[in-house]
Amino acid sequence: MEDIDAIAALQDPVRRRLYEYVAAQGREVGRNEAAEAAGVARTLAAHHLDRLTEAGLLESGSRRLTGRSGPGAGRPAKVYTRSRTERTLSLPARDYRTAAELLAETVERAGLDAALCAAARRRGEALRAPAEPCASLEEAVELLAARGYEPHLEDTGGAGPAGGPEGTSGTAARAVRMRNCPFHAVAERFPPLVCGMNLALLEGLLGAAGAVRARMDARPGECCVVVEDSKNNDH
Amino acid sequence: MTPPPPAPAPAPAPVPAAQLAQLNVAALLHPLDDPRTAPFVDLLDPVNAAADTAPGFVWRLVEEGAADATGLRPAGEHVIVNLSVWQDQDSLWDFAYRSGHLEAMRQRRAWFARHVEAHLVLWWIPAGHLPTLDEALERLADLRAHGPSPRAFTFASSHTAAEAADHLPTAPPAPPRPSPAAHPAKA
Repeated sequence: MEDIDAIAALQDPVRRRLYEYVAAQGREVGRNEAAEAAGVARTLAAHHLDRLTEAGLLESGSRRLTGRSGPGAGRPAKVYTRSRTERTLSLPARDYRTAAELLAETVERAGLDAALCAAARRRGEALRAPAEPCASLEEAVELLAARGYEPHLEDTGGAGPAGGPEGTSGTAARAVRMRNCPFHAVAERFPPLVCGMNLALLEGLLGAAGAVRARMDARPGECCVVVEDSKNNDH
Repeated sequence: MTPPPPAPAPAPAPVPAAQLAQLNVAALLHPLDDPRTAPFVDLLDPVNAAADTAPGFVWRLVEEGAADATGLRPAGEHVIVNLSVWQDQDSLWDFAYRSGHLEAMRQRRAWFARHVEAHLVLWWIPAGHLPTLDEALERLADLRAHGPSPRAFTFASSHTAAEAADHLPTAPPAPPRPSPAAHPAKA
């Protein structure tokens, strides 16, 4: 399917809510759950989820949602995840990816990582509207969402020292992880260079010496950076 | 009717069991005991430990009586080598670029000279075969001389184990290399 047709499939508001819900979960989602989240009937949700799959925006599979297997475990249910395929549309046609790859290849060959990271940090600082560094993880989530990182707060409880150093109302340690890398295609071809650039950009965006800090903590399938409280995990 | 498969194996087509070998070389800017290289040396043990428990990890070269292979210098006095075996390309990729190893890679310019020639080579080996340093350096030389091919390739231009079937070193123990150059050049 053409990118323009796939993107057009999102014009229907119900379909778009379903797509955004499935994408935000970062895991397989069943029809009942998606219907409930979008506030529509199950059959309508099923119809739209299948249209999204036909358009290549979602991928579908089947799982026994009970977690059981063998006879008596019940019929497998249809589940959906976001497709890994990237869709872009530019009118008039522009090809920034090829430009980005050629520039990255040249920077890589010339060994200019430090210069690229310095430029990325300056850009991040310029993007930060108020002069003050980011004040909280919640504010970081807003900043990152606006830049397409698809952030979510995650409990990192248990990772800290036993007992917890500060006994303040027993808040669990939290961190912001990101499901999307806005530079994915180029990052896959030049990982240390582009991931280093991304980290520097986020360091600039969040600000130095503030309440939160960005750190590289790469995991499969996510952005390479984690954002955490500056006071926690001082090592 | 074709005969039914012997077992309900998930793999769609049976291919010879192959594993992915990788060699990378890095020219140190300063010796390993230089303070400027200390941050790299500090990362060696934790990153190697992470590799040993990473999904798909099979084997890595370790110098006898040492924790790693940084003392071996088969490619030059200042060039350290890293030779390992993985189940497939995805597991190697995830370790190299989606684990704590990426943080070390990010700082590579502080410790290593920039590469003029290819510094990483991948190739398929029969499962259970342990590649030798000579074999690994030959693959790197092949990549440098002829560009990526099923014999020796990179992440950006990779080849499947099936494509490489004709280029596997013979199963263990590895004899001296069987007449490599006689291969008609493809593409």
